[in-house]
Amino acid sequence: MTHPKGTLRRNTTAARINHWITGGCFVLLVLSGLAVFDPMLFWLSALFGGGQATRAIHPWIGTVLLISYAGMIVQFWRDNGWNRKDVAWMRAIGSVLANDEECIPEVGRFNAGQKFVFWAMALLIPALFFTGIVIWEVYFSAYTTIEQQRVATLIHSMAAVAAIIVWIIHVYAALWVRGSVRGMTQGYVTPGWAWRHHRAWLRRLAETGSEGPGPHASGRRQRQ
Amino acid sequence: MSDLQSQDYIRRSASTLTPPSVRRHEAEVAKLIDVSRCIGCKACQAACMEWNDLRGEVGLFSGSYDNPSDLDPNTWTLMRFTEWENEQGHLEWLIRKDGCMHCEDPGCLKACPAPGAIVQYANGIVDFISENCIGCGYCIKGCPFDIPRVSQVDHKAYKCTLCSDRVAVGLEPACVKACPTGAIMFGTKAAMTQWAGERITDLKSRGFRNAGLYDPPGVGGTHVMYVLHHADRPSLYAGLPDAPRISPLIEAWKGFLKPLALAGIAATALASFFHWVVVGRNEVQPEDEAEAQRLMRDAGNRR
Amino acid sequence: MTNTWQDIKNADVVLCMGDNAAEAHPCGFKWVIEAKIENQAKVIVVDPRFTRTASVADVYAPIRPGTDIAFLSGLIRFLLEKDAIQREYVRTYTNAGLIVREDFGFEEGLFTGYDEEHRSYDKTSWHYEVDEHGYAKVDDTWQHPRCVINLLRKHVDRYTPEMVSRICGTPQDKYLKICELIAGTAAPDKAMTNLFALGWTQHSVGSQNIRTMAMVQLLLGNIGISGGGMNALRGHSNIQGLTDVGLMSNLMPGYLTLPSDAETTFERYMRSRQYKPLRPGQTSYLQNYRKFFVSFQKAVYGDAAQADNDWAYDWLPKLDNDGYDILRAFEMMAKGKINGYICQGFNPLQSFPDRGKSRRALGKLKFLVVMDPLDTETSRFWQDFGPQNPSDPAQIQTEVFQLPTTCFAEEKGSLVNSARWMQWHWKAADGPGEARSDIWIMTGIFHRLREMYRKEGGAFPDPILNLTWNYTDPTAPDPEELAKDMNGYTFVDLKDESGAVVLHAGQLLDSFGQLRDDGTTSSGCWIYTGCYTEKGNQMARRDASDPREQGLAPNWAWAWPANRRIMYNRASADPAGKPWNPAKPLIQWNGSRWVGIDVPDYGLTTKPSDGVGPFINNTEGLGRLFALDLMAEGPFPEHYEPFESPVPNVLHPKVQSNPAARVFADDRAAFGTASDFPYVATTYRLTEHFHFWTKHARINAILQPEEFIEIGEVLAKEKGIEQGGWVRLTSKRGEVVCKAYVTKRIRPMTVNGGPTHVIGVPIHWGFTGQTRKGYGANTLTPSVGDANSETPEFKAFLVNVEKISPPVAEKAANV
Repeated sequence: MTHPKGTLRRNTTAARINHWITGGCFVLLVLSGLAVFDPMLFWLSALFGGGQATRAIHPWIGTVLLISYAGMIVQFWRDNGWNRKDVAWMRAIGSVLANDEECIPEVGRFNAGQKFVFWAMALLIPALFFTGIVIWEVYFSAYTTIEQQRVATLIHSMAAVAAIIVWIIHVYAALWVRGSVRGMTQGYVTPGWAWRHHRAWLRRLAETGSEGPGPHASGRRQRQ
Repeated sequence: MSDLQSQDYIRRSASTLTPPSVRRHEAEVAKLIDVSRCIGCKACQAACMEWNDLRGEVGLFSGSYDNPSDLDPNTWTLMRFTEWENEQGHLEWLIRKDGCMHCEDPGCLKACPAPGAIVQYANGIVDFISENCIGCGYCIKGCPFDIPRVSQVDHKAYKCTLCSDRVAVGLEPACVKACPTGAIMFGTKAAMTQWAGERITDLKSRGFRNAGLYDPPGVGGTHVMYVLHHADRPSLYAGLPDAPRISPLIEAWKGFLKPLALAGIAATALASFFHWVVVGRNEVQPEDEAEAQRLMRDAGNRR
Repeated sequence: MTNTWQDIKNADVVLCMGDNAAEAHPCGFKWVIEAKIENQAKVIVVDPRFTRTASVADVYAPIRPGTDIAFLSGLIRFLLEKDAIQREYVRTYTNAGLIVREDFGFEEGLFTGYDEEHRSYDKTSWHYEVDEHGYAKVDDTWQHPRCVINLLRKHVDRYTPEMVSRICGTPQDKYLKICELIAGTAAPDKAMTNLFALGWTQHSVGSQNIRTMAMVQLLLGNIGISGGGMNALRGHSNIQGLTDVGLMSNLMPGYLTLPSDAETTFERYMRSRQYKPLRPGQTSYLQNYRKFFVSFQKAVYGDAAQADNDWAYDWLPKLDNDGYDILRAFEMMAKGKINGYICQGFNPLQSFPDRGKSRRALGKLKFLVVMDPLDTETSRFWQDFGPQNPSDPAQIQTEVFQLPTTCFAEEKGSLVNSARWMQWHWKAADGPGEARSDIWIMTGIFHRLREMYRKEGGAFPDPILNLTWNYTDPTAPDPEELAKDMNGYTFVDLKDESGAVVLHAGQLLDSFGQLRDDGTTSSGCWIYTGCYTEKGNQMARRDASDPREQGLAPNWAWAWPANRRIMYNRASADPAGKPWNPAKPLIQWNGSRWVGIDVPDYGLTTKPSDGVGPFINNTEGLGRLFALDLMAEGPFPEHYEPFESPVPNVLHPKVQSNPAARVFADDRAAFGTASDFPYVATTYRLTEHFHFWTKHARINAILQPEEFIEIGEVLAKEKGIEQGGWVRLTSKRGEVVCKAYVTKRIRPMTVNGGPTHVIGVPIHWGFTGQTRKGYGANTLTPSVGDANSETPEFKAFLVNVEKISPPVAEKAANV
């Protein structure tokens, strides 16, 4: 998808598709997982065609999530390196929350909060996957002891809760910082958005003449 | 495997509602398995298969009389044989009928996420209601005795029902009916406990100083009890847990973690919401766009 | 059984030896548990293996298979030495004081009169010294050196505890502990019951095993009393009925014996069966032999049996040898001397010893008819099932007819249980497919045969043509009609002493006391008379009430003879007629007659002072510690080694095994020696299966799916055999390839100074049915039987064992 003239490409098409597969899986996993996590939420299983279907489909979605998130890691890990500026950003979280970004260090493609979400999920999703394997009754129950399954169950649910919390922060942040959602839906942001939230990234784009990340970025510019 | 119409239930998995409890007269029942009278004939196993219409596969010999070699969805009770040489060097062949213990505080029910898939009747029987079972296997993790098994065919968990269907109409469980030596008895828990006392006195007179009743307090007592010659060491009997209790991991998971987790999730969501209310959106200002344009222009010029 | 199943609960000591009641008779075993709980009984188990019965016993002792006589003779020695016998009982109720002939003797393992060539005895010397009236001489003071008790004392003197342990491998301390427990029941108010089964019968000395124990019980005063007795636990639900109605080649119904070919006339036949009392004033049922016989002939031949044709005596088959037992039949079949075989409710290929021989023998038949509800191995003997049945159908010319029959639940009729109870059962379901009742099939064969005889004559048509056949439906007699035949009718009005008519002509008889030898009564089986009377089917009675709760339930079904529940119950009371154990009386003398909860095994009005002995089946009226000429190998039991034994007979090396047992030459050649086959094997049943039937049932197949042997840990270690690993078990006659159960329940025994290992071989698997295919234990067992009954020696033989890698087919199945 091309982006309107004068805007910046925030995410490539592949990245966006990858993200939304990941996000979709995550939502489904949250809904199906919560259905069997707490009796109050068992009604969510109706969304999947009942308890049996929920139980059956949940681990398969989890498998898709793992693969999908692996793709996310491949595409985004370079821009999620942690550095000293991120520490400063974290220290200035109060200002960030107050919508006052002028007094904090300039942010690259991703700020520390985004990096936190990225790495938290990079840790939690495999943890969920592997503990999930242990408690995937149909195929894998014979390979572990019941005690191991109990530990796995506990870790799985704790990791899931953590992931949900991270996910809520992620979603809220996207809604809160206007223009972000479009960056992941249509894939572009305005230069002003970049100036305001990711000034270091904007400077780098400006210096290289790039319109944003992506394999076809330079080619497209040449055509113009 | 249930008969909810004719038996009150006092617990229902994954439910918060108060179960119906009009019929208050129901006494707590118990099955008493007198291991010292058991000859390991497996009539109970056969009767269980007959009554519940269970037919597993014809297996293989695997180095003991335990056949099938373990409980499975088609084997709700199983004789387990242990050859044990006692301190005097005499052999004892300890034969224990394994199966659901029908705990007063059932770990399976506690762990079960599916509303009404596991119930406990007022008489103490813990029953799996197959139609509500989702096959998650949490009951297996909740059980301190390693009893439930999930079928690979219909993905539902199965275990001894204590013949709740028979008991509901005043019959004894099928295994009790079939036992040729009276090693399996059935009645009120009080009566069974009293009878066990007589048996223990007899066993003590025959030199089994540690004879006793297995009714483990860690799970609130059980509705299947054993008379053991060596009640001081239940684990001699094919690994009967010495002090069974619901795993602390399960207690944690189904205990404090659940409210804590939901609270954490809710708190995060609320915090976000109120942040929006208080601080509001972070929107790009016209100055931002102007600054950005200036920056890009300058950079373009530099290139 | 002399007593009843329920009566076991009255015992103070239960001796399980030669049986594994918990395993093979789990339902009846409830009464042993009842004895433990309600009577504080001690349970003793003596067995080569620590069995399921041992798991609930108070004392267990191991014993080498085939040495029970040594153990029990040692026990007799112990009882006599400690004077732990019930003296008054022994003096008055047994032949302890009777004096034996001077020419009787025992030396180097042989009694007097041995004929080595025929492997049999001239038993003339095995008798009492008699006075001028033909009565046995008695010394009640037991001073005479040749009175039975003193001869017995001398005979068992060799069986010291050391000798018992040396022969049996039983540790002395355990042996003595058991002796002491048993000795305690010599008290008049204490009882021991003995439960035995095939663990005693399936030996070349099987009958003597049982006899030795019977002597122990006589010495302890435990016969005829509540909680005592000799209790044979029968292996099939109706095997007692089988022997009762004479399905042995040398018997007729009611234990009447078939004539030999030397007994060419009825009078000659009767002469050797005439009752001659050996003590003054004795009476016996057997003095009525002629009445039983004539009534039987009337039941079979009806009007055709008349006084002038000696009641059709000539139409009876006459035996030209001791009997056509199964061993002889298959020997003859193997030699081509029997070429047709009707196999009804029997599975010889799986049940008879030396399976290879059985397979070869069946292959020489011209025709084989199998009547069975199941697809038996025998009916498929000709088919190649791989190593489990390596037959080549191209080489076998036998024509096999499989006639499917109904099973017990698909027909009505009676079953006689171990306690001689005839219990009627009703049909529960129709048979499947083309299954027909055995009666229907046999009737069909009979009618066709008779038709052929009628048309074609034949050498001797009379016995067939003259058979009486009065049934409503001649093609399918009703079981109730047959039961009435067994019971018997009167053909004239029967009157009592006062002249009043008790029964009208044509009515059913009430008891065998009404039978006559003048052709006016009939009875197909005299011991059954009373089972189906004008009052109705007594076998169908279902009143479980039990006076004194002593386990008799006299109104439940009907027990032969005469609804008597405990045999020899006169011995439950002292000579004056007062019960030995007042807490558990059976019958007693009330001054004018015998009264009590059981039917007296005695003249109802015979006064105690008349001096009639309590064992009224015996000619001297006494229990026999000395068996006279009734046993093949001697009047006293003697330890003989099994025909395959790991050790020499230390008592008399020249007479190793039963000198009176019949052995066919080919079978003898197939005996192995300890140098090639160093381990003792024994065969047995498991609870999960009933012989070779239940392997056809899914649930039983699940409960014990696959053939295995049991082997002790020490031997397994020696041989490198792992738990559940594959082994090859070989005897001189064949091999079994199966899995091993390495167990603590079998330990090596020290026999004659060296270790002896026992290997257990459960019998249940074959090549038809729902279980996995097996070779069958009888592939290994020797073809030799007890000298009296020809019951095969399944319980003690020699094998070798080796570890092998899993067979290819099994590897795949095990994945």
